[in-house]
Amino acid sequence: MNRGKHDTILLAHGGGGQLSDELIRRHILPGINNDTLAELADSAKLDLASKSVCFTTDSYVVKPLFFNGGDIGKLAVCGTVNDLAVAGSRPVALSLSLLIEEGFEFELFEKILGSIGKAAKENRVNIVAGDTKTVEAGALDKIFINTAGIGIRLAGVDLGFDKIEVGDRIIINGSIGDHGMTIISQREGIKFESQLRSDCAGLAELTCQLLENTRGIKFMRDPTRGGLAATLNEISRGSGHSIEIREADIPVKPCVQAAADMLGFDVITIANEGKFVAIVSPEAAEGCLNICRRHTLGREAGIIGEVVQTRDVPIVEMTTKIGGRRIVQMPYGRELPRIC
Amino acid sequence: MLERIYRAQKVMDDACKRLGRQINIMEVCGTHTVSIFRTGIRSTLHDNLKLLSGPGCPVCVTDQSYIDIVLQLAERRDVLIATYGDMVRVPGKTGSLETKQPHSNVKVVLSSEDALQLAKDNRGKTVVFVAIGFETTAPSTAVVVKQAAAEGVDNFCILSGHKLVVPAMRALVSEKNHNIDAFLCPGHVSVIIGYRAFAEIAERFDRPCVVAGFEPMQIIEGLGEICRQLAAGEAEIKSVYTAVVTEQGNPTAQKIINECFEPVDGYWRGLGKIQESTLRLRDKYGRFDALKRFEITEAPAEDSTGCRCGEVLCGLIEPPECALFEKSCTPQSPVGPCMVSSEGTCAAWFKYGRTRNTKQ
Repeated sequence: MNRGKHDTILLAHGGGGQLSDELIRRHILPGINNDTLAELADSAKLDLASKSVCFTTDSYVVKPLFFNGGDIGKLAVCGTVNDLAVAGSRPVALSLSLLIEEGFEFELFEKILGSIGKAAKENRVNIVAGDTKTVEAGALDKIFINTAGIGIRLAGVDLGFDKIEVGDRIIINGSIGDHGMTIISQREGIKFESQLRSDCAGLAELTCQLLENTRGIKFMRDPTRGGLAATLNEISRGSGHSIEIREADIPVKPCVQAAADMLGFDVITIANEGKFVAIVSPEAAEGCLNICRRHTLGREAGIIGEVVQTRDVPIVEMTTKIGGRRIVQMPYGRELPRIC
Repeated sequence: MLERIYRAQKVMDDACKRLGRQINIMEVCGTHTVSIFRTGIRSTLHDNLKLLSGPGCPVCVTDQSYIDIVLQLAERRDVLIATYGDMVRVPGKTGSLETKQPHSNVKVVLSSEDALQLAKDNRGKTVVFVAIGFETTAPSTAVVVKQAAAEGVDNFCILSGHKLVVPAMRALVSEKNHNIDAFLCPGHVSVIIGYRAFAEIAERFDRPCVVAGFEPMQIIEGLGEICRQLAAGEAEIKSVYTAVVTEQGNPTAQKIINECFEPVDGYWRGLGKIQESTLRLRDKYGRFDALKRFEITEAPAEDSTGCRCGEVLCGLIEPPECALFEKSCTPQSPVGPCMVSSEGTCAAWFKYGRTRNTKQ
């Protein structure tokens, strides 16, 4: 692509003048364009199929920008798509806000925009509104992205903590910790990262299939930051019920486990970007698994535990592989790699 | 796997019944501590079998005065501090590397090689490598010191906080805690020093010493072997981590440690001064010793925080018995070092141990 006379983004590219126009028309629009966006209006006008929508926003600041299995652009689309998907809606439109550090290379910028366009297409969402800001060198690290999204709520689907009952099954659509360990390993410069690959993916197609073809799904959430441990604790607190899971039934890739062990991380607390946890009635569990396993993002889906009676306070407990039991705590923040 | 576990558990249960008293087994390795908690091993043990978490986490045993020296050096504009990640939150008298210092001055490294590379990339500054750890990390520190000498990387030096495991075990059984019946010996350290190194503890102090790996299966088998010995009135050195731990250890690693370091008396957090328990660079490599280069005289600091990490490290109390535990001392804002490292006993209790009665 012809970048004119610049190899890097200048402060002036965010100044609202000719350079801004050039940035948008030449470098941003081509990969993500659609009829709504092409108008470059102050607001996107949307004719939605339903009055009942889900609306969410998220910001993406991942480092490194490019990682095995994805990049910040793909993540910015999939992350927001997934938040809409697990709330029981079909994502239809996203906004895209780019905050760029002066001096950021056009080559990388275009690569990221390419990923955004590809991910939007794959997830069948249009980017209908956008904004671009450039800031002085040092004011942020290369590029931050914010996306907001609207999803049409699926008819007859009503998910919530209040629907969860004792006896419900806990389903996950595949292995845990892949995204987090990929990022941490690449960030720490560990040499075995080539085996690790982020699970970054949009889940809407699979969640819509599940919600439209089965009854009995009570709640869904994507276990991103804080991993499965955080999500299960949120579900336990939110529903007032305790949760029991079985370590042996939780899928973990050997290379992810090895990386986590080496750095002293508990894989259950590590972030995922292409996983959901679904709480389903016992009768619906097998049907859900069958649908999951027919989809590329759910081949390794499994039932990892149950919702159980709370004895005193709601907790998450795990039966370990050796038959021991321990509590799964809410993770407490950033963990530090251990020394040996 | 389950069959082997049941077999080891039966040996443990039989030993507990036969001895008819509480059996105290201390593990002296942070990785064991975390693995024991994470896999719920405690919940599977006989009521009379108690596991004590000893001074096995290198961060936890690092004396406060050492941290204070690191903080002091980090204030200098001509210095870059290269440290392992879990040291940045350990509190000294006036704060920690995380709270007190500008981050640009402190670089987290994963290996000693990274620290040396940092020095090569920043010739205008002196890189001080915060060299802590037991016999597991000492060889890699020694390697880079030799490399720095050979390549003339004069802007590199180390602040040695390396410690030796056996002198600490000796101090524990001879003075600090007479209730320790046996040791589950560290896997990684034993790869280097060999299980023969624990002979003194077994023979002189009559305590079984069994080396185990980190898989729950191996830990349980190690505990089973210890119980078997206790019930039979034996005290032997043994390894159930046969795949990697030999009797003599790794002679190459031992040689390079001896070539670069000499054991001197040193201070341990909570355990005080222990004879010949800390590694100092030999005079031959004195110019890479940060204490000499910056003319620092080390003075052991009194712990005045009210934190009882020392008693925790000796196996005298369990973390919840410390008044600060979970209250003013949490992983987000640790008072004592045992709460900082993910391998610290208090952090492991905080994360995995705060259970209702988890016996099935």
